[in-house]
Amino acid sequence: MKIKLTKPVLAVVFALLLALPLVTTNNYVLHIFISMGIYVILSLSLNFVTGFAGQLSLGHAAFYGIGSYVGALIMLNFHVNFFLALIISAVVSGLFGFLLGLPTLRLKGDYLAIVTLGFGEIVRLVFINWAKVTRGPLGLPGIPKPTVFGVELNTSMAFYYMAIVMIIVTVVIMNKIINSGIGMAMQTVKADEIAAESVGIQPIKYKMLAFVISSAFAGIAGCFYASFISYISPTTFIYNTSVTILAMVVLGGLGSIPGSIVGAVILTLAPELLRFLSNYRMLIFGALMVVMMIYRPQGFWGAGKRVKNIYKIKAGGGKHVGHIKG
Amino acid sequence: MSAILKVSNATMQFGGLVAVDDVSVVQREGEILSLIGPNGAGKTTFFNLLTGVYKPTKGQILFLDEDITNLKPYERVEKGISRTFQNIRLFSELTTLENLLVAHPDCNREGLIESIFGRSKLIAKRSKVVEDCENILEMIGLKDQELELATNLPYGKQRLLEIGRALATNPRLVLLDEPGAGMNGLEKEELSSLIINITKKLNKNILLIEHDMKFVMSISDRIIVFDHGVKIAEGLPEEIQNNQQVIEAYLGRGITDDEE
Ligand SMILES: Nc1ncnc2c1ncn2[C@@H]1O[C@H](COP(=O)(O)OP(=O)(O)OP(=O)(O)O)[C@@H](O)[C@H]1O
Ligand SMILES: [Mg+2]
Repeated sequence: MKIKLTKPVLAVVFALLLALPLVTTNNYVLHIFISMGIYVILSLSLNFVTGFAGQLSLGHAAFYGIGSYVGALIMLNFHVNFFLALIISAVVSGLFGFLLGLPTLRLKGDYLAIVTLGFGEIVRLVFINWAKVTRGPLGLPGIPKPTVFGVELNTSMAFYYMAIVMIIVTVVIMNKIINSGIGMAMQTVKADEIAAESVGIQPIKYKMLAFVISSAFAGIAGCFYASFISYISPTTFIYNTSVTILAMVVLGGLGSIPGSIVGAVILTLAPELLRFLSNYRMLIFGALMVVMMIYRPQGFWGAGKRVKNIYKIKAGGGKHVGHIKG
Repeated sequence: MSAILKVSNATMQFGGLVAVDDVSVVQREGEILSLIGPNGAGKTTFFNLLTGVYKPTKGQILFLDEDITNLKPYERVEKGISRTFQNIRLFSELTTLENLLVAHPDCNREGLIESIFGRSKLIAKRSKVVEDCENILEMIGLKDQELELATNLPYGKQRLLEIGRALATNPRLVLLDEPGAGMNGLEKEELSSLIINITKKLNKNILLIEHDMKFVMSISDRIIVFDHGVKIAEGLPEEIQNNQQVIEAYLGRGITDDEE
């Protein structure tokens, strides 16, 4: 499959997305697109640490959950403005990413995966059992909507456009980092830590950075979700969610930004589109994933594509396109 | 002449095996020092002690009069020691140029904020990094292949690229672990003049491991010989060539090999 991300193609897709709320008044459709947007940010953020820096995490839903709960609680209890809450959620989630990373990022591969899995479970149990604050399994209802200059943004359309803005900001920031010296250093840490150290790169620093940035973006997605859905409970932030996000990243192609977006779009749309198959849909869906992994293990957008190095272009060195045969 | 590197009584033990045994070495500023010895003599292990991959069981390493024995590998790079690997360890999925960029301190120490919000100052800095690295590529003769993925380069060029990468860290001392391995005669001649250029034009110090005696004898100012982890000889090339102990170590190689 060859998809070319040329400027006209992107412009058309973007225009269609902008126009969507004008052509459909169907809240169900917008709702799906907003969920999709949240998952796009989640998969982009997981891709950053797992696809790009090579650190497998099976607990991404925990950071999503922390962002959600922190955002919801400060908006409910302290009437913090939504946009400030977004930032606070990002900081708190990032902080938890840092605290988890401190002892665990010295671990490799499978061990790290197991610890992050455990962390995900612990966080979920805290949501359930710290009832005084989180109301446990009952969840938190009535989470406020954003307000701008006294106007409440409570329509699906508003959330839809906010999601688009958030995705654009996320993509721009991640692109900048990936194509910077930091991004290149992260790639070397993923490829060969000993070689990385031999040129002066401190592996733990870059793993940590990737982990924190990834958690922070998941936290933003969480806070946004809380306000959008206005009710959260621990059942959203389960292991299953972590795996779904990971599936999006892998399906789209590890380490690829367009890939993570495509992965999130497909995995949010597919269950909806396959709804007519009722009980068989998860079965068919699983089978499709297996087929995909056999015939295109690098994902839709993985390995076959290597993005031009912006570091060089920014330096004024002209056109510079590396390519991998594959 | 002052010492750039001073190793005192370094010992490295792996379980029962003493890979480096109470070795003391001094490298003087400006000289090309070579490390030779039969297979398994402990040469690479000695490099790993110098670069911090292993911490010595005993002993002390001074670099420019500073004790670096307990520093991490990346901290030693900052101090000015860089290396190549016996088994090439390039970043194979990065391009030739990128392999150098990531080694450049101004690239791999870029800050998060500046990488997101940086403007003209950042661009200027990056331009300088690219320029530095392209100069090195010019020197090692890989400028034409700067956009090629490292993995697609022929073997001999990969070895050169590793040297280039080591240079990109802006080191004072470069450790080369068998840089000529797998190269043909012509390539070795070029390598030899490259190494001399690195010392003369760039004013770097070189410590090198090499098996090719002709190569070592012609290029080295001084030679150190290891056998079974012990330093058995040290001196000028002519002295080493005629050293009885060295000749025995090399002749006896067939026998000791079987013991391992
Ligand atoms: N990490 C390690 N653990 C255990 N033993 C090791 C380790 N690294 C090296 N050795 C052993 O130490 C001895 C010295 O190895 P080293 O690689 O330093 O030799 P060398 O002189 O570089 O040999 P060659 O010329 O073959 O490269 C060998 O017997 C080797 O098996
Ligand atoms: Mg060796």
